[in-house]
Amino acid sequence: MMRTLFFLGVVVFCGTGGEISITRTMKRVGEVKSLAPRLLLPRLGRAFHLGSMWLGILLLAISFYSLLALLSWNPVSFVIPATAMSYAVGVLGAKYLLGERVSRMRWAGVLLVCLGVALVAWAR
Amino acid sequence: MLDTINLRVKTLAAVALMVMCSSMGDILLSRGMKQIGAVNISSAGALGQTFVRILINGSVWTGIALLIFCTMIYMIVLSWADYSFVQPSAAFSYAIVPVLGYLVLGEPVKTIRWAGVLFIVLGVFLISRTAPRTTEPRL
Repeated sequence: MMRTLFFLGVVVFCGTGGEISITRTMKRVGEVKSLAPRLLLPRLGRAFHLGSMWLGILLLAISFYSLLALLSWNPVSFVIPATAMSYAVGVLGAKYLLGERVSRMRWAGVLLVCLGVALVAWAR
Repeated sequence: MLDTINLRVKTLAAVALMVMCSSMGDILLSRGMKQIGAVNISSAGALGQTFVRILINGSVWTGIALLIFCTMIYMIVLSWADYSFVQPSAAFSYAIVPVLGYLVLGEPVKTIRWAGVLFIVLGVFLISRTAPRTTEPRL
């Protein structure tokens, strides 16, 4: 039980931490305004020169392998609903680490999404 | 006002493309791995053969290409929109799979799963009504 809870925490916090790190990278790189490959590819390439991009990839890799470990010990109908809390943790991270303003309507939407993902996966 | 509407349309279109690419990518990877068969890890030779079959499977490569494309769209959309807008909206893929399974494959879907689909649709609808960007953009 303790092992499952520990890895669940790793999946949720490393996963959202990785995505927040990649978001921070893309905000530093600047807004993508053109989809022309000549302009787009150097901009995306610039992201890979920043440490926060690699930190994000490392955290996502840790989260992914922890998810595989969790799936080897528990049924998917437990693992996916349990990891649905990532959406709420992600919004908390966005608010406190990225400075995003999260309105009540967005919070309500996120909580409905968490519940919906949990139900869809649980009823599989 | 017009800028906010444009930003919302652009962000939701990117999220929709992302959801379609990731769902299609997962389906193609799954089809490819089913064509290859169960992975045999009994010996290095058998594992090598499976690896070669994966390398020459078109569905696997198309699936990987779609997932790479999806990651690129994710990075692009995060350059202008809030993470707290994009990440939960992308959960729409969880709602699409049961609907596609019902409509395309005729799979039975439990009532509780339909309730989950409804919650996701409602949640994404509420999120889509909020401002896609609440921080200052960097040029």
